Amino acid sequence: MTLLAVEGLRKSFDGVHAVAGVSFRLQAGEMLALIGPNGAGKSTCFNLLNGQLRPDAGRVLLDGTDITGRQPRQIWRLGVGRSFQVASVFASMTVIENLQTALIAQAGQVFRFGRPADGYFRAEAAALLRLVGMAEQGGQAAGVLAYGDVKRLELALALANDPRLLLMDEPTAGMAPAERGALMALVRRIARERGTAVLFTEHDMEIVFSSADRILVMDRGRLIAEGDAASVRADPRVRAVYLGEP
Amino acid sequence: MDFVFVQLLTGLSSAAALFLVASGLTIIFGVTRVVNFAHGSLCMLGAYIGWSVLRLLPRDPSGFVFGVLLAAAATGAIGLAIEIGLLRRVYRAPELLQLLLTFAVLLILQDVTQMVWGAADLTLPRPLWLRAFVRIGDARIARYDLYPIAIGPLVLGLLWLLMRRTRFGMLVRAATENRQMVAALGVNEKILFSAVFALGAALAGLGGALSLPGGSANLQIDLSVVVEAFVVVVVGGMGSLPGAFLASVLIGVLQAFGIVLLPKITLVLVFSVMALVLAIRPQGLFGRRAASAAPAEVFTLIRPASAAVKWFGLAALIVAAVAPFFVGPYWVSVLTEAAISVLFAASLHFAMGPGGMPSFGHAAWFGIGAYAAGLGLRIFALPMEAGMALAPLAAGLVAALFAACVVRLSGVYLAMLTLALAQIVWAGASQLVDLTGGDNGILGVRPAAWATNPKVFYWLALALCVGAALVLRGVLFAPFGYALRAARDRPLRAEAIGLDAVRLRLVALTISGAAAGLSGGVFAYAKGSVFPTYIAVGKSVDALLMVLLGGVQTMAGPIVGAIAYTGLFDALLLATDFWRLALGLLIVVLVLVFPSGIAGMAGRLR
Ligand SMILES: Nc1ncnc2c1ncn2[C@@H]1O[C@H](COP(=O)(O)OP(=O)(O)OP(=O)(O)O)[C@@H](O)[C@H]1O
Ligand SMILES: [Mg+2]
Repeated sequence: MTLLAVEGLRKSFDGVHAVAGVSFRLQAGEMLALIGPNGAGKSTCFNLLNGQLRPDAGRVLLDGTDITGRQPRQIWRLGVGRSFQVASVFASMTVIENLQTALIAQAGQVFRFGRPADGYFRAEAAALLRLVGMAEQGGQAAGVLAYGDVKRLELALALANDPRLLLMDEPTAGMAPAERGALMALVRRIARERGTAVLFTEHDMEIVFSSADRILVMDRGRLIAEGDAASVRADPRVRAVYLGEP
Repeated sequence: MDFVFVQLLTGLSSAAALFLVASGLTIIFGVTRVVNFAHGSLCMLGAYIGWSVLRLLPRDPSGFVFGVLLAAAATGAIGLAIEIGLLRRVYRAPELLQLLLTFAVLLILQDVTQMVWGAADLTLPRPLWLRAFVRIGDARIARYDLYPIAIGPLVLGLLWLLMRRTRFGMLVRAATENRQMVAALGVNEKILFSAVFALGAALAGLGGALSLPGGSANLQIDLSVVVEAFVVVVVGGMGSLPGAFLASVLIGVLQAFGIVLLPKITLVLVFSVMALVLAIRPQGLFGRRAASAAPAEVFTLIRPASAAVKWFGLAALIVAAVAPFFVGPYWVSVLTEAAISVLFAASLHFAMGPGGMPSFGHAAWFGIGAYAAGLGLRIFALPMEAGMALAPLAAGLVAALFAACVVRLSGVYLAMLTLALAQIVWAGASQLVDLTGGDNGILGVRPAAWATNPKVFYWLALALCVGAALVLRGVLFAPFGYALRAARDRPLRAEAIGLDAVRLRLVALTISGAAAGLSGGVFAYAKGSVFPTYIAVGKSVDALLMVLLGGVQTMAGPIVGAIAYTGLFDALLLATDFWRLALGLLIVVLVLVFPSGIAGMAGRLR
């Protein structure tokens, strides 16, 4: 079943064509990697998909519904979770409070002014922490976590609304190699078990080839190749972009 | 026709003076990103120094030019000293601390100027060559009113040459447009920033000295000039010279006609234009939209009070409640003010700390609350209970309307717009004499019969104000408070988990305004009167100081800060005539040595 359909997406900044006509489809339960050199337009793609940026042209369809140009918070409501390239968590809160905030937002209980938020969704938040392997760290300040833990918390935040589609911009950047594999294995398991579709970028090719079902290669705003690990590895245009081969 | 022409010339003349000061302010902001609250003080110094120098020089054109340039150079040197001694240390600090530090400079310079030159206005006899009149049609215009019209464009031209034709100018433009680039060019930032600050100060000094023939050197220049210059800079776009020029002309001419046509609401007119421009073009006429917001601030972890702190708080509350049995009437009145201050500070902290919306005009809500109570009594003969209920309602309503227009703005612009609103309310309060009694205020705002005993009123104030402050605290630990803080910590992340930052901030400003309004209402009955001074800039700064003294990043901060500040301020007033100097030095120490405030320090020691 096609969960996400992207058609002719375009975005330019002051004449720089960051995304210059990108189309692809993503199935439920599929792990799709979007790779490309620095500045290829990958993050811009994510920002267009979750509504942080408005495309100049093109459409984004989520399960058949046109979500182009909607606000990020509306798109989250429709079941899209995302993590950021530069990890961003709420530094004035503890790890578990970060998740409680996301769960409170998910439940539409933000405009409550009385009972302390501390008592909201403790069990659910703890379950998310267990899922990403941070069960012991709920009481720590989110602002001083090790980088790998910040990335895990990011993932837990993105999972707080039990998303149908997970957008992950460099989910393992800055992590130790062993941690990376474990995190992506976890994401893969979630995709399989829950039927979540995952779109992710990653600079570590090992990780890409081992965890993606399918790979999109992007360069200067355009998709230049698409396929499984073997075919992408063999594609001459990809080799040219990545290895400078003619 | 003549009338229009004469007013136009008058307007252009004051526009030129405005431009001199505003150009310095905008250049400094463009390069250093510091909003210099002391800029009006530099202008004031220019006027005083000019007075001292010109008195000794021959009263001919060349003597005048020489004296004015000398005053500008001296002011530039003072600016340089201020930059090297103080500002240089806070370029990486949060905006608000920078503003506060420059406000301290304003306070210090105010008292120092008074020590050196005395409190009386100083005027120069106008030299003959400036006294002549020029005939234009049927109108006669004095030369001293005309010559600034030539100087404004002249200075603009010189600055333009400086910016376009010299290496210094190129660096200034590069720094204004892209900070990283300057570092990349391998320029010594320190020297560049110092030079820019000195240039800006010299321009302010020039403006001050040039205003002498038409006016006087007086101690009111600092605040009046800096507020006008702010308006010009914000309307023109922060950092833009042509913007400052255009906005000066706009504001100058508007004022010239406003004074004749609508004398009562000139200020309202000026600030409304600013609000309008910002609502349509948040970055000002010629300003650039900041590529991305200021460097992310580092937010510290916020924890609910520990058991020890809760017991301490309870003990303090009990002490406060029984205090009237042990102290005299003077201390009861001080305690009443302290209780009111606690709520006033807590309400500002609510918006500024967890809400991330700094405010330089928080007194607006306080004043609206006080006037709601006062006017309710005067017009509808409302009893005290109703007056105190009306105060937060009125302030909350205005705050909600205001918030709906401005919550999308960020940082410095938002702070300046609240200042603008406070100035409008202040102007309204002092100029709409028929309604508000003007500067004579509204008198006879007496508490209800059961609360006329000062002790009883104190208990009422304590219950209302400390109670409301505790409610605010509770809200910050409720889901709303978490969401508000999330939207401040990481706006994009917050949106990506479904939070509506704009709505959160709107509600937060409304709550903050209503709470401040309540404190204003209680204050009106505590004092028995309502005056425009309740809305003056100084009152807003009081609130800021209380919050910063306590520590903006802590939840107990505003309460501790309000009590400490009220005690300190009373002690200062009793101990010295030069309380501004003392307060200014205190702020300097606070900002440079204890930027996290008392509660922040205590938290770290534990
Ligand atoms: N907000 C913006 N304003 C101007 N230009 C932008 C903006 N965001 C991205 N760009 C430009 O668009 C292009 C694509 O950037 P993008 O961040 O999408 O690349 P990326 O593939 O994610 O790179 P990386 O691997 O380094 O993260 C770059 O040239 C970048 O400079
Ligand atoms: Mg990227």
